[in-house]
Amino acid sequence: MTFRIGKTVSSFALGLALATTALTPVAWAAGASDTEQERTARWQEIAKSIFGDRQIAQTDSLVKIEAPARALDAALVPITLTMPKDGQIKAVSLIIDDNPAPYAAHFEFGPAADPAELKLRVRVNNYTDMHAVVETHDGKLYEAKQFVKASGGCSAPMGMSDEEAMKGMGDMRMKFAETQPGKPVEATLMVRHPNFSGMQMNQVTREYTPARYIDKLTVSAGDQTIFTLTGDISISSNPVINFAFKPDGKPIQVAASDNQGGRWQHSFNPPSPTN
Amino acid sequence: MTASAVQPGALAGGRALSRRGTLFGGLCLCCLPTLGRAAESFTLEEVGPGIFVRKGLIADASPENADAIANIGFLIGKTGVLVTESGGSLADGQWLRAEIAKRTPKPVTHVVLTHVHPDHVFGAGAFVADKPVFIGHAKLTEALSARGEFYRSRLIDLLGEDRTGPVVYPTMSVADTAEVDLGDRRLTFTAHGPAHTTSDLSMIDSGSGLLFPADLLFVNRIPSLDGSLKGWLTEIERLKAMGPARAVPGHGPVAVDLAPALADLTGYLTALRDGTRAAIAKDVPIDKAVDSVARDQRDKWALFDTYNGRNVTVAYQELEWE
Repeated sequence: MTFRIGKTVSSFALGLALATTALTPVAWAAGASDTEQERTARWQEIAKSIFGDRQIAQTDSLVKIEAPARALDAALVPITLTMPKDGQIKAVSLIIDDNPAPYAAHFEFGPAADPAELKLRVRVNNYTDMHAVVETHDGKLYEAKQFVKASGGCSAPMGMSDEEAMKGMGDMRMKFAETQPGKPVEATLMVRHPNFSGMQMNQVTREYTPARYIDKLTVSAGDQTIFTLTGDISISSNPVINFAFKPDGKPIQVAASDNQGGRWQHSFNPPSPTN
Repeated sequence: MTASAVQPGALAGGRALSRRGTLFGGLCLCCLPTLGRAAESFTLEEVGPGIFVRKGLIADASPENADAIANIGFLIGKTGVLVTESGGSLADGQWLRAEIAKRTPKPVTHVVLTHVHPDHVFGAGAFVADKPVFIGHAKLTEALSARGEFYRSRLIDLLGEDRTGPVVYPTMSVADTAEVDLGDRRLTFTAHGPAHTTSDLSMIDSGSGLLFPADLLFVNRIPSLDGSLKGWLTEIERLKAMGPARAVPGHGPVAVDLAPALADLTGYLTALRDGTRAAIAKDVPIDKAVDSVARDQRDKWALFDTYNGRNVTVAYQELEWE
């Protein structure tokens, strides 16, 4: 792969897209009772606000989205995105149609990525369709869909004070699965961050805790990008992301920022690619 | 109060049925047999001298059961009545208030709010007119501030506003231990560290020696984890050290021998802890761990399939940062 991400330009544009989607005043109907038609109409509206007039084709091979049919915990719904066609996927977006800010996450893959499988944890506020939209290197868009039953995930209180929730903010850990030489390495990135949704009430002031969430997360192997995540309030507190990368022996660098100016950087040593 | 208001099933069901009847042309016939069963099961047992407990249903909150799912009750002292648990809704609390009135003319002077969960606090609204002392953990006020309205709106969706009741806050807060004297019996309260929730309060009655651990002790019904798994195992040791022989669990039979009940609870929580740790160590992600951890406990607990996966989700988040 030889492409490079035009980082500054694309991230600005994406950040703007996320914010715009979040602020677009759309009268969401009660999610549980919506008809298939209403859901489809909503998706078309959201898709247009994110992707403009670009065509999005259905796929059942380029991306699959796995989520529990009924969430055990609406504030932490585990999602798996499977993209088996290595070398074709440039980026993937996760959209939770009925969330207050539907555009949950956008991953832009770099040359060190192996986008075969990606896991993350999200909040789900209502019975909703979830969409995964991949962009291939030839600039085409493909979508897959999954319906999830959950409610209250964005407004669910965290069960601790804001101060407690912010303890250790920016701490990170990375775990590497055992691997064979020449094969991609599976890794788990854990970030301490409350990812306040802006819909949770402060326990002392009884006012809503302002939204404070990881809006940008870049993971690189040496100077080769693995992925850049543009995030929003739908990502669960203490974000955990499972991904895979092509190791070259260099340390894994993680740079994170949040929407209130927080900046954190950590470096992790992956297992050696040779034995 | 009218006779029909004595039992929450009858009270609540009557209203709900007429409203549903209007809305759906009386199609909700499904509620009738359930209501009958629920109402029959609402009886109080005397578990010690002057101590009455109603066994909660082993079920989730539903329009038919008025969230009467916790073990609630009261004890009668020389100077007044202390409500050990108020109920899961205003309707449930009103039923309990009527039952108290049948047994004693003494005033209700104290109502315990054992922790933040809705099945343990929404009955309190039925006692506001008695102007009792509402006793709670020092952390209960902030927990209720954060979650009370959230729980209330969920309960209103199920039961309607009339049957749900207000969020009632503690007026006496216990940071460590506290005592209440009812003349002929003393109640000793202990505020626990994060365990089942972050606001667990237990009580021992000097008159009977009974421990009221509330939801620090689940029997038969699968425990639900909403505080700290490691903390809960610590607090279990503390309950043992208090030395009581018998206890009134938050869910399950109205009274049990404490040692074997705590052993069963420890068995589940240990399986949850060790299984989740093993999953984390083997890089089993959370979505797979929820289907594999603590499966050997499945036959031992009612509602296992409803709550175990959620418990694993909570435990995983606590233990993955160890």
